[in-house]
Amino acid sequence: MWFDGDVDGIHDLGGMQGFGPVDVEPAEPVFHHPWEGRTFAVATSALAAGGFNTPMFRHAIERMDPVHYLSSSYYEHWLTALATLLVEAGIVTRRELEERAGAYRLSRPARATPDDVDVSPPGEASRFSVGDRVRARDIHFDGHTRCPRYVRGRRGVIVRVDGVAPLPEIEAHRREQVADHTYGVGFELTELWGGDADPNAAVHVDLYERYLEPA
Amino acid sequence: MSDDHGHHPTALTEIERRARALEELLTEKGIVDSAFIDAVVEAYAHDIGPMNGARVVARAWVDPDYKLRLLADGTAAIAELGFGGAEGDHIEVVENTPAVHNVVVCTLCSCYPWPVLGLPPNWYKSPPYRARMVREPRALLREMGCEVPDEVEIRVWDSSAEMRYMVLPQRPAGNEGATEEELAALVSRDAMIGVQRL
Repeated sequence: MWFDGDVDGIHDLGGMQGFGPVDVEPAEPVFHHPWEGRTFAVATSALAAGGFNTPMFRHAIERMDPVHYLSSSYYEHWLTALATLLVEAGIVTRRELEERAGAYRLSRPARATPDDVDVSPPGEASRFSVGDRVRARDIHFDGHTRCPRYVRGRRGVIVRVDGVAPLPEIEAHRREQVADHTYGVGFELTELWGGDADPNAAVHVDLYERYLEPA
Repeated sequence: MSDDHGHHPTALTEIERRARALEELLTEKGIVDSAFIDAVVEAYAHDIGPMNGARVVARAWVDPDYKLRLLADGTAAIAELGFGGAEGDHIEVVENTPAVHNVVVCTLCSCYPWPVLGLPPNWYKSPPYRARMVREPRALLREMGCEVPDEVEIRVWDSSAEMRYMVLPQRPAGNEGATEEELAALVSRDAMIGVQRL
C-alpha cells in the first residue's frame, strides 16, 4: 500500500496542497463535547502515570493509519494514541477495551526499532551562531522526528540559539535522553517553494543541531 | 434500551463509548483519578485561556520596561504576571511592527503556548492551516480576513522543537487614555496567533 513505503508521516503537513480553505468556527468552545475534555485530561494524567514522554505520544499519533488520521478529530487522535501506548505497554488490553466499546482502532506498530536510532553523541559546544548559513540535512528516518520534510535540503540562516533539549528520535524510541543543541532557523519562502513564492516572507523553524550542516 | 452491562446507554456515539471505556478502565486500575480529571477539564475550560495572554500584551503596551523584558525572555516576563505551566517552559514573544507581521503555526502537530492562550482552536490544528501557512501565508491570511500589505514582511514561526510562540500585536491607535484592563479587552486570541491585526 502507498503508505507502507518510504514516505514521511501524514502528520508532516507543511506545504501539502489541495486542502482548501481553513474552516473557522466563530465563538468556538474549548471542548465541543464532554468526551473531548475527558480525553484531554485522561491523556495528560495517564501519560505521566505510564512513563510516556511527549515524543512517544506524538509518534503514536503519527503512526495512525493516514486515512484515519485525516478523517478523525483532534481528540480522536489523542484517544487513539493514548490507547495504543497503553495497549503496547500492557497496561490495558485491546480485549478489555473492545469488551466495553466494540471495535477499537489503534495506531500501527512502530517501524523503527531502538537500534535504528542514531545515538552518536552531539558535540559539547554549539556548532552554529546567529547569522550562520546552514542547510537542513536530507534525513528520512523511519521513526519519530521533528525535522519537517519541507525544510530538508533547503538553506536557511540561524536566527536564534536556544540551548539544548533531548533529541526526539531518541526519546521516542529508546528509554534514554540525549540532549542536542537547538536553533531557530529562518528559510526564505523562495528557497522553500521556488521563485514564484512570496519574496517578502520567511518561515522560521526550530531545529536540532543534528538536522543541520553548514551551507 | 441498554446494553449487557446496563451502564452504556445506546445513545452514546462510537467515539464516546471508546473514550468512556478507556477512562473507566484507567480509573478502575487506579491509574487516573476522577477528581483530578474533573479539575483539569475545569481549568482548561475556564481558567487557562487567551485572557491570560491579553493581560501580557496590555502590560507590554503600557510599560516599556516590561515590553523589553518580554521580548528578551518571554517565559520569565510572563511568569511575572503569574502565568506558566504545561507547554509554557519556553515562550518566545515575537513583536509585530509596521514592517513585520508574525504568525504562528505547528505543521507537525499542535504546539501552542497553553499558559497564555489556552488550548488551540480546531482550525489551528487542522490540515489546511498547517499545510498552507508555511507555503502561502499572505494569501491564507487574506482568506482569513487578515490583510497584510505586500511591503510588510511576513515571518511564520513553525513550533517544531521546544519553543512556543506568542505574537505581540501592534497597539491600535486611538486608545491613549485607556486603562490596562480596557486595553486587555481589545486583545484577541487570533491577534496573538497572528491571524488578525488589531
